[in-house]
Amino acid sequence: MMIWINLAGLILIGLIVWWFWLYKAQSTEIKDGSIEVLVKDGVYQPANITVPAHQSFQLMFVRQDATPCAETLLIPELDINETLALNKRVTVTIPASSAGVYPFHCQMQMYRGTLVIK
Amino acid sequence: MNAKTDNTKAHACCGGDKKVSTASKAVESETHAEQVSASSGEVQLNIQGASCASCVSKIEAALKQVSGVTNAEMNFAERTVLVLGSSSSHALIKAVEQAGYNATLANTDSDEAAIEEKEQADWAYYKKLMRDMVIALSLGVPLMLYGLVTGEMSVNTTTERIVWLIVGIMTLGVMVFSGRHFYVGAWNSFKNHAANMDTLIALGTGTAWLYSMVVVFFPGYVPEMARHVYFEATAMIIGLINLGLALEIKARGKTSEAIKRLIGLQAKTARVIRDGHDIDIPIEDVLLNDLIRVRPGERISVDGLVVEGQTSIDESMLTGEPMPIEKRKDDEVVAGTINKSGSIVFRAERVGKDTALAQIINMVKRAQNSKPPIGRLADMISAYFVPVVMIIAVISALVWLNFGPSPEVAFAIVSATTVLIIACPCALGLATPMSVMVGVGKAAEAGVLIRNGEALQSASKITTMVLDKTGTITEGAPKVTDVVIASDHSHNDVLSLAASLESGSEHPLAMAIVESAKEQGVPIHSVTDFQSIAGKGVEAMLNSQRLLFGNEKLMIEQGIELHHYIDKAQRLAADAKTPMYFAIDSTLVAVIAVADPIKPDSIDAIKRLQHNGIRVVMLTGDNRLTAKAVARKAGIADYVAEVLPEDKANKILELQREGEIVGMTGDGINDAPALAHANVGFAIGTGTDVAIESADITLMRGSLHGLADAIAVSKATLRNIKQNLFGAFIYNVAGIPFATGVFYPFLGILLNPVIAGAAMAFSSLTVVTNANRLRLFKAKEH
Repeated sequence: MMIWINLAGLILIGLIVWWFWLYKAQSTEIKDGSIEVLVKDGVYQPANITVPAHQSFQLMFVRQDATPCAETLLIPELDINETLALNKRVTVTIPASSAGVYPFHCQMQMYRGTLVIK
Repeated sequence: MNAKTDNTKAHACCGGDKKVSTASKAVESETHAEQVSASSGEVQLNIQGASCASCVSKIEAALKQVSGVTNAEMNFAERTVLVLGSSSSHALIKAVEQAGYNATLANTDSDEAAIEEKEQADWAYYKKLMRDMVIALSLGVPLMLYGLVTGEMSVNTTTERIVWLIVGIMTLGVMVFSGRHFYVGAWNSFKNHAANMDTLIALGTGTAWLYSMVVVFFPGYVPEMARHVYFEATAMIIGLINLGLALEIKARGKTSEAIKRLIGLQAKTARVIRDGHDIDIPIEDVLLNDLIRVRPGERISVDGLVVEGQTSIDESMLTGEPMPIEKRKDDEVVAGTINKSGSIVFRAERVGKDTALAQIINMVKRAQNSKPPIGRLADMISAYFVPVVMIIAVISALVWLNFGPSPEVAFAIVSATTVLIIACPCALGLATPMSVMVGVGKAAEAGVLIRNGEALQSASKITTMVLDKTGTITEGAPKVTDVVIASDHSHNDVLSLAASLESGSEHPLAMAIVESAKEQGVPIHSVTDFQSIAGKGVEAMLNSQRLLFGNEKLMIEQGIELHHYIDKAQRLAADAKTPMYFAIDSTLVAVIAVADPIKPDSIDAIKRLQHNGIRVVMLTGDNRLTAKAVARKAGIADYVAEVLPEDKANKILELQREGEIVGMTGDGINDAPALAHANVGFAIGTGTDVAIESADITLMRGSLHGLADAIAVSKATLRNIKQNLFGAFIYNVAGIPFATGVFYPFLGILLNPVIAGAAMAFSSLTVVTNANRLRLFKAKEH
């Protein structure tokens, strides 16, 4: 019996590693220069966004989560920080950037997303 | 961020972009980050009722008809229009309405309104969390007390099963009503392959509840000793974490007091003179070149130039300078300051987001949100933290199941739940930003504008401070003190010719000579072929005479005989005056000395820096003797004289090569290369004339005490961050192993999940409270 329990435990650890670290989440592609990102219930929707390199685009954040944590948006690599007012649309213009992965998150990193520029 | 509106017009047809229009319905108003960088004469409007692309040209045409509008471009996707020119917002809105649409000002949200809205939202959220907490604890506390008093929380009889089933359902109610946000957040994160604090709380409380329900429904499958229910843990944890979050919101509110104070400085109305009448209008409607009347005791509404009257103005709220400043015609007045004595009329030169106050508020807000490098390790840990804790919880449960005493299952469940609950990524995540928020705000209160977290951290480590002499240590407003005639020219002739030559130069010493000539009423002529010889002097032609003015080096280079006037010049220099030679057609005609008095508080401020173990070095282009005299008076042992502007940066690099962490203080314009090379560049502003863009740290007042204050605040903030990070690391590093039960074999105790919940809830509160301690920080001017 214990063998099966231990095996289940190890499989669970494997699943945690795979699901949270190894799995490549699907990315939403920006086609017309802008995309709306909903900040709600602990996540950015969409959280993974793909855009073409060397092209400026806009992320329109609508924060519907009253948690103070969700209030600040940080994109450290692009030196962007913005305060997201509750229930308002805040447009953040991302300058034309070279290819790369640019994480964006709230102050405490509980909300997390990535901009994949390629 | 250099955000600019992309006014690309969308070519969507009627109905437009569905996604965008849905969003427009979802939110009643919109704000745009780009507005922050909008220059004067730009107004952004939100348009309602524009359903097709053809509306774009109609709206643009209507706006272009309004007098004063130079251009109007609509962004159809966002339903916004950017109007350039100088016209009142009312006229623009009216024009859009006449065209058959509705419009509102996109920037109707003043900073004050935004703060008020935020406070209302925070208050509403606080009340919700407190209500959730009361509901959860109303069930959790009696259950916990029952457990503590009777010690009976197990399921053995059918009656007990029924009673605990009812309690289990009630707990489920608490989970749904009071803990819904944790579970929804956890599920959404899970779907996104992410994990956060919600995940840990949901898993911890969920495991406890699920196990208890298994015990209730299938007691036969659970060993008798392990038939324990943990409903009280679930309810208590939800209640305590909600309480912690609510208290955290309260404490967070205090961290933004400094920015609130700055925002509170903005006047709401202005008394504008229109058609010969004084009318009070909202500050948003003040246009460039409006004439504004200000009476004693009133606040200056926008930035401008005095055109009539004389007064003294209290600028302490922006610069930290306690003495009121005298203002007369052509002097600058700044929004947010208070008119003390006289009545003045001034012309609006910068309005809206362009006023110095608006820019300061914007800069402080951005700096408050930025992170110093010290926070990066915590960020990196935060990114991996939650899944690692989940793995530790699984391992802990497995170890208990394999090696634990009886009842193994109960121990395994308790340890896994406790590990999940006690771990607190929030404390780690909050440790740096909360302190930066308070520290940057505190600095702003003292008239010190810190650009970002990196500048804050570097300032705390400075070992050597390089000070430019003119305008930094000294007043920067030199005056002619001596004119030693070396020829048969008269005093007035010499002054007239020298002033004519120097009128082309912007050097402070040149300006002193021109000013002296003006004061004495001697004529100033136009010169030709003016040439500036960097770091040495100037030359020009006047009526076929070659005028040359500069230092000893220049004269020697040009082969001009200085005779015994070198001695006279050296005596003047030893008296902290700057002697310069004036020659006409290669013959020395005079030595003119200019003195720039040391600012009254420079000596004290330099002492403060030295007391803090900072080596102070003075750099100046001035001659060695003058530099020595000024340095001696200012109490500076290290000085470098006769430095050319380009060599200042080299001196900084030299100090850095010696292992020093160098701060450079200058006027922000002439010293730009040196400021850029220094680890931290300080621009010293005089009054409110701030070179906000040019330095890492801007001192709003001319006093060097601002410098000592900036370093003191940076040190205090970094100390606070380190305390927070240390506390958060230690809490997690000690708490998690304790929760797994590693100490059980030695101490015989296993941490209760409820205590873990309380510890977790209050760990982030502790971080915010510690950051708030910084509000009490006071820089000492001794």
